[in-house]
Amino acid sequence: MVWGPVKDQITISHGPVGCGQYSWWARRNYYNGQTGINTFGTMHVTTDFQEKDIVYGGDKGLDAAMRELKGLFPLANGIGVLSECPVGLIGDDIEAVSKQVEKDLEIPVVPVRCEGFRGVSQSLGHHIANDTIRDHILGKGGILEEETPYDVNLIGDYNIGGDGWSSRKILEEMGLRVITQWTGDASVNEMKIASRAKYNLIHCYRSMNYICRHMEEEYGVPWLEFNFFGPTKTYESIRKIAALFDDTIQANAEKVIEKYKPVMDAVIAEYKPKLEGKTVMLYVGGLRPRHTVGAYEDLGMEIIGTGYEFGHSDDYKRTYPVMPEGAVIMDDATSYELEEFTYRLRPDMIGAGIKEKYNYHKMGVPFRQMHSWDYSGPYHGFDGFAVFARDMDMTVNSPTWDLVRKKK
Amino acid sequence: MRQIAIYGKGGIGKSTTTQNTVVALAEAGYKCMIVGCDPKADATRLILHAKAQTTVMDLARERGTVEDLEIDEVLLEGYKGIRCAESGGPEPGVGCAGRGVITAINFLEENGAYADDQDYVFYDVLGDVVCGGFAMPIREGKAKEIYIVTSGEMMAMYAANNISRGVLKYAQSGGVRLGGLICNSRKTDKEYELISELARRLNTQMIHFVPRDNEVQRAELRRMTVIEYSPDHAQANEYRTLARKMAENTNMTIPTPLTMDELEALLMEFGIMESEEEVAVV
Repeated sequence: MVWGPVKDQITISHGPVGCGQYSWWARRNYYNGQTGINTFGTMHVTTDFQEKDIVYGGDKGLDAAMRELKGLFPLANGIGVLSECPVGLIGDDIEAVSKQVEKDLEIPVVPVRCEGFRGVSQSLGHHIANDTIRDHILGKGGILEEETPYDVNLIGDYNIGGDGWSSRKILEEMGLRVITQWTGDASVNEMKIASRAKYNLIHCYRSMNYICRHMEEEYGVPWLEFNFFGPTKTYESIRKIAALFDDTIQANAEKVIEKYKPVMDAVIAEYKPKLEGKTVMLYVGGLRPRHTVGAYEDLGMEIIGTGYEFGHSDDYKRTYPVMPEGAVIMDDATSYELEEFTYRLRPDMIGAGIKEKYNYHKMGVPFRQMHSWDYSGPYHGFDGFAVFARDMDMTVNSPTWDLVRKKK
Repeated sequence: MRQIAIYGKGGIGKSTTTQNTVVALAEAGYKCMIVGCDPKADATRLILHAKAQTTVMDLARERGTVEDLEIDEVLLEGYKGIRCAESGGPEPGVGCAGRGVITAINFLEENGAYADDQDYVFYDVLGDVVCGGFAMPIREGKAKEIYIVTSGEMMAMYAANNISRGVLKYAQSGGVRLGGLICNSRKTDKEYELISELARRLNTQMIHFVPRDNEVQRAELRRMTVIEYSPDHAQANEYRTLARKMAENTNMTIPTPLTMDELEALLMEFGIMESEEEVAVV
């Protein structure tokens, strides 16, 4: 999730082909560039483990694969080695192979020991990925010709359906210079120079707070969490960010809000009448269980339940204040619990992931896939809110749901 | 057909003991087979008079997959018609030898290596039951009898006790039983008494005490078992006796492994270890 979107690096799934297949282009992290020439986001490489690789080790195959890749794609600026479960079990020394290949090919080669069985959830994988960025990439050279007082990093946005671009646009209109965007549409160079920014503006706290804390301690770069879901939170965040900078930026911020407010008001005027009073239950990962609440509320919808797949206590601390009185908050819910919550709370709409999607389709409950935006998006920023509002309307008010036979 | 697995600490003499015993059984007219379950692939060299035979996994690696092998390529006949196979596996420090054992044994089974006219199949297994792969020979439908090779040295006894824990697990889930301890003497103090007592505590027997004799090394240097190299030597008779005792053995038990404290207490009882108080005085 963290390394995959880095566009000019080739990511290798080191393990059997099935592991690679399931991590292939699942999240629609958009990027600019020529695929297969200087960007590799939609390509996926696997070392295709066979029984003999398990028994005799896959390190030689990995070494060969990396050299072959550099021959095929000379413009690749890095290679990431992401180890799958079997590699963790047999103990391939991917660090030693990476070190040697890095020396020979003269591009960063990053070994990431992120086997699926590690940790209680995918969250540990994010932490491990952050640590490898810290150890292998951050602050290690990179090109940044000049520095300005307005240099910021846009951290923790994976550019799903173009989310990062609609967030970046706002920051740039405020007069800030986004020198790096992590990791949606990111390049290896951006990852290297991030430590030279004045501020880290972090969208997904869960997956990237680690590297922000590190940059704060090591390079003195302070960080700020923001929320660009829905106009209310977006205005709030714009002002919060502007307050870190001088009068020029603060004045720009007000101009930006002034410019987009009528557009946002028009979106609300169109969709609020159709969505007012509808209830929503969320069960997602990362930051969405709390960050999207404001966007729903802008449309007059009410959040009656929310929960995280892999939240930590600091996520819940940030969640309680934004939730309305009486809402249910759940952690790591089972399918049965979700079903039972749905029957008891009777929400008008569910926002959850791909694993829940088809259950809810069968139950005849309006459902939106809130990990990949159901192949829509962006949902971030001003551009995103218009799409978000349209999608929620089309989900809740679709006549299709009435055609599904339902349990009474 | 009786399937027997031999375990024991690394370097204790499992392969030597197994091959000599199997030759003795073959001499007595039984049809025998040895399956080496160790990447070192040295479980059949005294039978085949070869450095190391082609292993299942090495050939599978060369061909790409185990499906491309023929049984005749990896199942060879040696001295006195003893059939030999080696699982093979990686060089030390890489890959997963345990998975190699699983793959190899499945291949041998599926390709009819265990012929009906076979009287004995011996699995010579690497050291301890370190992971699921090395427990493969004692799973359901395979070896039902285990013998543990040990000596009077503390770590060999510790390993024997640990292997008993593995046997206990599979005794409960399958039908595997412990047939006894084979003491391969290292000439330590009170070795005979100590291993007899350890066997008693483990609810089994010391099936035979094999004395130390350099004739074994002389034979091994010529890639032979003692029985083939010097059939009239006293040591050859020791292996014949062991083979006869194993053939006649009906004392199959579920082991009762000791705790570490109990094992240490046993060693203290035989004066091999000093008690903590004694150490403190020093």
